[in-house]
Amino acid sequence: MLTDLGIIIGKIAFVLVNILNGAGILTWVERKQSALISDRIGANRASILGIKLLGLVNSLADALKLIFKEDLVPSRGVRVLHFLAPVFAMAPVFFTMAIIPFGPPVELWGREVKLQILDLDIGVLYILAFGGIAVYGSMLAGWASNSKYALLGGMRASAQMISYEVVLGLSLIGPILVFGTLEPGQMVFAQNNYFLSGWIPQWGVIMQPIAFLLFLPAAMAETKRAPFDLPEGESEIIGFATEYSGMRWGMFFLGEFAEIVVLAGVMTTVFFGGYHVPFLFDATEKLGQAGFHFPWGTYVPLGTWTIVILRMAAFGIKLAILMWLQMQIRWTYPRFRYDQLMRVSWREMMPIALLNIAVTGLIILWIAK
Amino acid sequence: MITVRQVREVKLSTWQKTYYPELLRGLWVTSRHFFQNFNRFVGRAVGLKVKRPLVTFQYPEERRPVAPRWRGRHRLMLRPDGAPRCVACMMCETACPDKCIYITAGESLDGRIEKYPVSFEIDLLRCCFCGLCVEACPEDAIRMDSGYIDLGGYTRAEFYMDREFLLKDSALTTHAQFRGELDGVVVTRVDLLAQAKH
Repeated sequence: MLTDLGIIIGKIAFVLVNILNGAGILTWVERKQSALISDRIGANRASILGIKLLGLVNSLADALKLIFKEDLVPSRGVRVLHFLAPVFAMAPVFFTMAIIPFGPPVELWGREVKLQILDLDIGVLYILAFGGIAVYGSMLAGWASNSKYALLGGMRASAQMISYEVVLGLSLIGPILVFGTLEPGQMVFAQNNYFLSGWIPQWGVIMQPIAFLLFLPAAMAETKRAPFDLPEGESEIIGFATEYSGMRWGMFFLGEFAEIVVLAGVMTTVFFGGYHVPFLFDATEKLGQAGFHFPWGTYVPLGTWTIVILRMAAFGIKLAILMWLQMQIRWTYPRFRYDQLMRVSWREMMPIALLNIAVTGLIILWIAK
Repeated sequence: MITVRQVREVKLSTWQKTYYPELLRGLWVTSRHFFQNFNRFVGRAVGLKVKRPLVTFQYPEERRPVAPRWRGRHRLMLRPDGAPRCVACMMCETACPDKCIYITAGESLDGRIEKYPVSFEIDLLRCCFCGLCVEACPEDAIRMDSGYIDLGGYTRAEFYMDREFLLKDSALTTHAQFRGELDGVVVTRVDLLAQAKH
């Protein structure tokens, strides 16, 4: 009993520490990556006793500044909601990460431990549900600020997020149909099958490329970052976070960066084979012959723990690549106009998503026959 | 005559209208920049001889080579006996388009020279660095220094240069070594030429 509790707490701590650190480091990555894209050097001046760590100290300085900055609540703003809004914006993001499997099941102290905090049967719905709660964050922030501009920003944010949630949900139905499960762990299991005599892994992105191409922009719209950054418009439009300062504003910011990590996690799980390394099988999958089984017949035997470590590393690498991709997208495309934003969601992405579901369903029916 | 210029709407091809190919093209451009700079940074860090990753110079620590023909702050020259070469003829003051040179002439004790500058002041904030004063000078008494660009200060008074300040670097000629006195960095002309070729 106590061991079980310890394992759960350990897993939660592991995931939470990784997300929080990841979000912190992402602020640095964002600066440096955008700098390299536009041929600049990026923040590199802050130093502790001459140690600059390539500008990583700047992130610390930023955090310090946010913590010590005055925390204002607008007069006649709704104090309680003003306090709650950043929590609503940040907390659901962390909850979502609970169902992402970050490694294969392992044997610890005589019991099978899933490297996933929560193995819910309704996993994908859980992701969408918490994505829905995140809308409250920006909406309440706008409402509680007692400012027309913040309110309009909040409205913009909620309209955008609700619109893209539709596409988000519909695009995930394709993979759900293909893998026949809502549970992320099961989805990942299903993605270590291969077709074309073992050459091509059945990853979500190969089985459902259109779903991926719909999911990525819809999910980026949910994170409210460029090219979908109309709700806040850091530089010019006034958004829902206008009346926020200090660490409360920082929480919106942190939530946004954590969302990048979580999003990369969801995409890895649903579309990129989760923790699987291509052609790597464990003992249960290949009748005791654990290791690499290449399609040309080579077999490289590996130990159980080597496989676990390789798979966790694979998950990390996939996460990193997808986060890099999101950053790259954020620094490449110009912002959408609001009518374009709505048109893309409702008139272009949603019909395609519906069509994708229909076609996928028909193909599955045809195969089942 | 009123001419009407018809602005034609840019028609997107079907290929472009599918968004993704064009989006990927944009992504390709930024990724190219990213990886080029990234590889160069890593290459430098490892010690490989690769191109400079970026054009940025981290200014106070890292100086951009100044062109050998650059001329900046003024300097007054001395005679071999230590007196200023200037004979207070007012040619530079007259030539100055900004009226930033102020000379007060005094009678010289040396029989061969009529006048000498009692005070010689230049307001650098008004100066446009045209070099007309140098050209106007019949005695080669005023020159402009090459090689250094850090003319900075916290007050306006720092830019108001008096005779003693202008004479301070006079032992050095433009073509020999001189000292940037603001930060003690020694820059030689040979260095400058080498850097300029680099």
